[in-house]
Amino acid sequence: MSLWGWILVACALAYATKLAGYLVPAAWMKNPRMSRVAATLTIGLLASLTMVNTFASGQELVLDARLGALAAAALALVLRAPFLVVVLAGAAAAALLRLAGWG
Amino acid sequence: MKFLQSPAVKVGLSISVATGLYGISFGALSVAAGLDFLQTMALSLLLFSGGSQFAFIGVVGGGGTGAAAAGAAALLGIRNFVYAMQMNAMLGPRGWRRPAAAQLTIDESTATASGQLDPGEQQRGFWTAGAGVFVLWNLFTAVGAVAGDALGDPKLWGLDGAAVAAFLGLLWPRLKGREPAAIAAVCALATVLAVPLLPSGVPILVAAAVAGLIGWFTHRPVPQGLEPDIEPYAEPYAAHDAEHMQLPARRQEPDAGRSGGRSAEGPGG
Repeated sequence: MSLWGWILVACALAYATKLAGYLVPAAWMKNPRMSRVAATLTIGLLASLTMVNTFASGQELVLDARLGALAAAALALVLRAPFLVVVLAGAAAAALLRLAGWG
Repeated sequence: MKFLQSPAVKVGLSISVATGLYGISFGALSVAAGLDFLQTMALSLLLFSGGSQFAFIGVVGGGGTGAAAAGAAALLGIRNFVYAMQMNAMLGPRGWRRPAAAQLTIDESTATASGQLDPGEQQRGFWTAGAGVFVLWNLFTAVGAVAGDALGDPKLWGLDGAAVAAFLGLLWPRLKGREPAAIAAVCALATVLAVPLLPSGVPILVAAAVAGLIGWFTHRPVPQGLEPDIEPYAEPYAAHDAEHMQLPARRQEPDAGRSGGRSAEGPGG
């Protein structure tokens, strides 16, 4: 299937997920296991996506300018910077490290 | 105008502006990941869930398949199912409002509604934040996509570093406490171990499976990690309301105690 196809699949699944929450019996809300899985899934996926975008190049693990971006973003987050500033810090760190000849 | 004097509407509007601006980073990163303008807009208009949108382009940008991208996006969207149940119980939308409310059910609208006690204010907060974020998130996605297209080589501008920072920024507010941090560390390790062994995109799904199993087989409630990603009543409204109502600041917020106060995600989920 083309990328367009998968985009539409992702959109349909996202909407179905939201709509399903309005259609299930209210008693489901009392199931703590489901809320718990939703919470751990979210944390695990975001941690995984952070790693993949920092270290993966195809199927290889590499250390390059993106490591500097990770460090700069972490510093910005520790300093409680807003999200947009965090993103800009990551971009600036990667761009400057490349300008300096690394990664 | 009375509508604009509602505290929930004020909060919803300010969140819409703050969150909408993040659309610029999504639009720019999406075209850098290889999606075109219309594909980028389709994600913001139809998928409309920031975390899932970033996940989709993150997998595609890393060379993963469309199937892996859709899988990661769908799993991140499961949070919205829980929000939707909460909003259904709180707002009880009927008729055409129900499918509309479903599309607008994200971190920001859920948080804005949940922070109010009065049912009318809950309604106004949900719809103002939901519709406001929807309009501005899409507007700024378009701006970001056009700007990103004009930039040329994304690596020269560090856009791959921006993606790293964006994911860390989404994860950060959920890492309060030892347990969420431990789950994140385990899943990060599983990912790094799986990258050389499996096709691109699949290591993310492996980490999701690990995270899901941890959630399924551990029984303590996880207090952090599933609240909406933002704290709309942190500043300055809480202090303002407290002055007027002679109440301690933030009494009306059910999840007071979170220390965040920063919106992290764009349309949540």
